[in-house]
Amino acid sequence: MCLAVPGRIVDIYDTAGMRMCKIDFGGVTREACLQALPDAKVGDFTIVHAGFALNVLSEEEAQETLDALRELGEIEDAMDGGAISGL
Amino acid sequence: MASDTFGMLNQFRNADLVKAGIEEIHRITTRNWALMEICGGQTHAILRSGLDELLPEKIELVHGPGCPVCVTPLEQIDKGLAIASMDNVIFTTFGDMMRVPGSTQDLFSIKASGGQVRIVYSPLDAVRIAQENPDKQVVFFAIGFETTVPVNAMSVIQARALGLKNYSVLVSQVCVPPAMHAILSSPMNRVQGFLAAGHVCSVMGFWEYPAISNLYRIPIVVTGFEPLDLVEGILMTVRQLEKGSHEVENAYRRYVTREGNIAAQEMIKTVFEPCDRGWRGIGLIPMSGLGLRKEFSEYNAETRFDVGEIKTKESEICIAGQILQGNKKPTDCPAFGTLCTQDHPLGATMVSSEGACAAYLRYGRTRTGISEKKNAS
Repeated sequence: MCLAVPGRIVDIYDTAGMRMCKIDFGGVTREACLQALPDAKVGDFTIVHAGFALNVLSEEEAQETLDALRELGEIEDAMDGGAISGL
Repeated sequence: MASDTFGMLNQFRNADLVKAGIEEIHRITTRNWALMEICGGQTHAILRSGLDELLPEKIELVHGPGCPVCVTPLEQIDKGLAIASMDNVIFTTFGDMMRVPGSTQDLFSIKASGGQVRIVYSPLDAVRIAQENPDKQVVFFAIGFETTVPVNAMSVIQARALGLKNYSVLVSQVCVPPAMHAILSSPMNRVQGFLAAGHVCSVMGFWEYPAISNLYRIPIVVTGFEPLDLVEGILMTVRQLEKGSHEVENAYRRYVTREGNIAAQEMIKTVFEPCDRGWRGIGLIPMSGLGLRKEFSEYNAETRFDVGEIKTKESEICIAGQILQGNKKPTDCPAFGTLCTQDHPLGATMVSSEGACAAYLRYGRTRTGISEKKNAS
């Protein structure tokens, strides 16, 4: 049940006093409640759980995580190939 | 731009990066370590991607109690079944709950015998059903951990804002930190490091965890759900264990901050308050639940409907409680895959998309499968 899916906010509006939005999940669009994300704006990525947007994606943090892991892979490739020289 | 972001997020499934992370875990592991992933969604993600089979033999993943339908006490399920059987009631629930065995039946059998049971994607859909059916009582089975509690709270807030008199919730919500205390203080405990549930932390943050980490001298790493997230969480935990440190770290920084989502926490506090709660198969954990505050007691299905006396009866064979506490594996159960299957579950861990038994059966971690693997190696 805690599996939440990331998608992009494409429209924000009010329904019956609730802040709602349309979210594009890479082709499929669904409605979600945005009441817990007062600062979210169109274009932001968010994770949705049971029709409720939980948090906005930090693209910067995502990129930094990937970069750090890529670096780890490159070091290991180099070690595998015995290519570290000139140290 | 958007497709770039989707592309970047797909990188968290990149096989080369996962492989590099796994190799690093192999490189640094020198001793036996038992790590618990708390969330059942992570258990399924680990088995689906086969990470458990790629890790060093010295690393054991112990599956935790983070499966909401699995830990919902039998008494609450029997109450739900009694309410769902009543005339004039539309009983709404997440789909996972439909096949969870009560003492004598499940929600599917109530629906099959004419009961109005409807699967909803969100409790906000249940509120809509209440609006559309003013002559019916609409009940939502409000189960879940801190990930689900905000939207459950929102449904009650919305029902009040709309002046609905025919909406109520049968509440059985639980929190992660008290369960971590219960596991770590048990004499049976063998967990040495925690992968904390990333989406629970996206709501609650992880400011509550340093106290646990310090008290039990145990590393806690906030971990996401993609294969690369899981590998990073495991890597960070093993690094700490190998160097003898016990800190709280965040391997899910793109969605989780230390303080969490304050607006969502406020919603929870507005509608719910801590209470004692029994966990199916585990027993009572003090102040581990979130029940309706007095100000919202009119939305409590337990007081709105008289279900009479509930006498619960558990399966005598099922070892779900031991599995949920990490003491046993699904394959330790004599009924696993024989008497107990997803079509005829004896316990909730075989039903849910987050239950460990369901994951083992679905992804082929059967006794035969394991012995075949051992023979081959």
